[in-house]
Formats: sequence, C-alpha cells, structure tokens
Amino acid sequence: MSADARLSPFEPAGIGRWLETIAAWALAILWALPLLYAVWTAFHPSEFSTRFDLGAPLTLQNFANAWDAAPFARYFVNTVALVTLILVCQFVLCTLAAYAFARYRFAGADLAFFLVLMQLMVMPDILIVENYRTMARLGVLDSIPAIALPYVASAFGVFLLRQTFKTVPRELDEAARVEGAGSLRILLRVYVPLARPIYLAYGLVSVSHHWNNFLWPLIVTNSVESRPLTVGLQIFSSSDQGIDWSIITAATLLTSGPLLLAFLLFQRQFVQSFMRAGIR
Amino acid sequence: MRRIDAHVHGWLLLLPAMAFLALFTHWPAVATLVDSFYSTPRGSRPARFVGADNYAVMLDDPVFWQSVANNLWFAVGTIPVSIALAMLMALWVNDRLAGRAWLRVAFFTPTILPMIAVANIWLFFYTPQYGLLEQVTGLFGLPSHNWLGSRDTALACVILVAIWKEAGFFMIFYLAALQQIPPSLAEAAALEGASRACYLRRVVLPLLMPTTMFVLINAVINSFRLVDHIIVMTRGGPDNVTSLLLFYVYEVGFKFWDTAYAAALTMVLVVVLALVALGQYLFLERRTHYQ
Repeated sequence: MSADARLSPFEPAGIGRWLETIAAWALAILWALPLLYAVWTAFHPSEFSTRFDLGAPLTLQNFANAWDAAPFARYFVNTVALVTLILVCQFVLCTLAAYAFARYRFAGADLAFFLVLMQLMVMPDILIVENYRTMARLGVLDSIPAIALPYVASAFGVFLLRQTFKTVPRELDEAARVEGAGSLRILLRVYVPLARPIYLAYGLVSVSHHWNNFLWPLIVTNSVESRPLTVGLQIFSSSDQGIDWSIITAATLLTSGPLLLAFLLFQRQFVQSFMRAGIR
Repeated sequence: MRRIDAHVHGWLLLLPAMAFLALFTHWPAVATLVDSFYSTPRGSRPARFVGADNYAVMLDDPVFWQSVANNLWFAVGTIPVSIALAMLMALWVNDRLAGRAWLRVAFFTPTILPMIAVANIWLFFYTPQYGLLEQVTGLFGLPSHNWLGSRDTALACVILVAIWKEAGFFMIFYLAALQQIPPSLAEAAALEGASRACYLRRVVLPLLMPTTMFVLINAVINSFRLVDHIIVMTRGGPDNVTSLLLFYVYEVGFKFWDTAYAAALTMVLVVVLALVALGQYLFLERRTHYQ
C-alpha cells in the first residue's frame, strides 16, 4: 500500500515466490468460498442452489421474494436512522470530552480519564440485563434511541480523538486565542478540521460496527417500527416459512449489501481507517 | 485563562459524555454487583437480600461450568489460529505477490459482514445433505454428517466461523506494523547474509510483538463479547456444547427472566474482562514504546 519503490531484499524470489503465491491464492480462494457460495445461491433459481452448472440462468427473483416477504425497507430505514443517531452523538460527545482531556488541566482529570477508559473493558455489550432495566425505567423500550443510548458515549472515540488533539501544535491554538476566538470556536475551527482523517476513520468503524450489531437490538426491540436489519434478518430466516435457502441467502446479502458495496468501492479508505482506529 | 475557568470549562466539556457513561456503563456495572446479592423479583414478591445464594447456585450449576469450559475452548480454538493466519495473510499481502489487491479483498471482506449474516452463510454451508461441506465430503464418499447438530463437531464448527470472521481483521494491524518496519533493517540483515526465514524470525517477529499483544487482547475480549453466531447457528445446543458465557447470561436473563442469577453470571464476565485489563496494564507498564 505504501508507495515505497525500494523492494525489500527479503521479498520471496524464484521457486519460493511461486510457492508462496500459490499458497496465498489457495488461502484466499478458501476464504472467499463461503461468500461466493452464498452469492451463487442468491442469484440462481432454487433448483440450482446446490447444483453447480455454469449454464444455470441468473435471476433476481430471490431478492424480490425476500423483499416482499418481510418489511426490509422499514428495517433499512431503522438501521440508517440508528447508525446516524449514534454517529452524530458520538462525534459531539467524544469531541467535547477529548478536547477537555487534551487541552485542559482540571481537578480530577486523571480519575475521569480512568473512568472513561473503563468502558473499553466493561462494555455495554455485556451489561445487557441492567441496561434493559434502565431502558424499561426510562420508558423507551422498543425504540431506536433505546438501541443507541448505551453506545453514544464511546471511550474508544474519546481516546482516539484525545490522542489526535494532543498532536495539534499549541501555537495554532494560542494564535487563534490572541485573535479573540473562544474555546469552542477554536475547537471547531482548529482542532476538528485537523482531525478530519481520524473522524473519517472513526466514522467508518462506528457505522460498520453498529450496522452489524445484533444482540442488544435483539433484546431491546420487538416491533417492526424499531428493529434494525440484523434483527429483522434473524427473525425472517428463523421463521418457519420453509427453509428456502435461496431466499435466505438473498436476504442475507441484501442486509449486508450497502456496507459490502461501500467496502468494495472504497477499499483503501476502509482498510486504512481500520488501521488508523486500531493503532492508538 | 484563569485557573478556576480551566476547571469549570474542563468539566463542562466532559459532562455530556460522562453522564452517558455513568448511566449506561458505570451504573449498570455497580447495579449488576448489587443485584447479584438479591433474589429475582417475581410478581408481587419484591427482591430481597439473599447474600451469596446466587453464587452458590452458580457453583452447583453444571450449565454454568459447561459454558465456562466451552468459552475457554472457544478462545483457545479461535485465538492462536486466527492470529497465526492473520500474520501469514499480512506477510503475503505485504509482499508484492501477484494480485495482492485481490488477496486483500478476499481476506478482509468477512470482517465487514455482520456476524449474523456470516452465521447465516455458514449455516447454509454446514447444512446436512445440501450444504457445500456435505457435497465436498460426499465427493470423497464420506457418510453424511450433521455438523452443527452433533455434540462432537458443533463447537469446532462455531470456532471455524469465528476464525473466518476475525483473521482478516487482525491482518490489518499486522499489515500496518509491517509497513512501519524501516527498509534499512532488511538491507542491513541482507548485508549480514541472513536468510528470509532468519530475517522473519529474528527481525520481523520481534518487531510485531506489540501488535500481537494488542491483537491478542482484542481477540480475548471478542471471545467473551460476541455470541451473535451462537444465537443464529446453534442456540447453545446440542446439549449446551456451544453455550458461551454471554449466551448463557442472555438465556437466563431473557428466556428464563431470572435477572438476579443473570447478574451473578454477568459478574463473572466483568471479572474476566477486568483481569484482561489488569494484564494489559501490567504489560504496558513494562513496554511503553507503544502508545
């Protein structure tokens, strides 16, 4: 990925290079196989779902059937609303908190930072029983905010942005201050623009994480109006409308489609974002 | 800026995030501990203090112990293999092998898919008689086998799915680490006449250690945090051989509605994750070069 022109002297060479290339391709094909199998099944009539015949006719009927059999349109709307809500809240809350940690010396800052980092270990994903109770008390069960609330303050986001804000030269900050800009203005005009790649990286990670999240939404929702795609897919594929695998795999590809498509189009950004977000 | 101002501003900026963290992370963690010492309120009977009763029940609960054992086997089965594969994938993608962009896509794509979609795809893959696996084993004349329905193979099947999903994710971090190794190191090693194997073992592997540590911690956390595939593929069965700890918490809490016992079970998870955190902290104390 790096545009380094120098070839490492330890690049595999000769026979070894051939062997490694073959091995790498073998593993890649093995890795792609389950997905390719699903794609085959979804795009062919069900009588070909387990029979491999290059002459088999292609069809979109499975997708149409899946789309008609369950309210996937509504699920899509719900999931988009969910990831948007989470992302916007995370950006706002994490930016403010990260700014405080990066540029303010205030009493209890270390303790507060420790309390934030605790969430990296004791994450909402395992506190399902108590969080369900809290949602019941708040009276928001079975709603999109109920799915989002435990995740809007993200320790990961605070940590990532704090590291980034710390690298902003103080001179920029002070120059803006001399010109009479207030703290929030400086945050918005100096820090946030400089951290744009990190926001993109964090955004991609957050969206794909919450698009895919399943257990908590499963617990906290029980109607079509609030269910995200993942839960809708599970209910669709585990109901007893006869196991037609062609339709189930079509539905499966449908629900992961937008993310998958975005990934295939913007591979480089995705991979680099995951890298950036991971190497703290 | 005056000093008092700095304190007030700092806390004001922090307040919104802290409020949500307190409400949905700190409070539930404390409430879980408290509730684990009470009985489950049922109908007109309110919760009452029962001391360590829930924990006593837990110690006598064979399903709990089986879930612990399953979870450990799941971790042992998933983590080393996915880390080794991730390293191998990263080395291959980093070397300029033919078609490496395609290799990268093939390895990384499972990471983007929702675990539940992955589970559905593999469910089909494992289906008795129709699934691809059955067709392949059928070609070799092997008898038909219910991979997910059999006590002997169910956990292994689930482990395989987790490896498939995670190896590509970990590959990314190794790839990043490999790209940060200065080319001069390889040149120096070449001058010394080192072989490729020697260079990989003596130079690359040690430099990848911090990444391995980071990946390892993430992998351990994931093995206790992710149970989506269990819910879709096996529901803990057959005979609880694929019940992981969090799945058991889910069953006890939301199938049997025994919230007090579920709280006690959750505490086990909290302790496990706290131990991981402690291990990470001790490790980072020794090696501070990775920030």
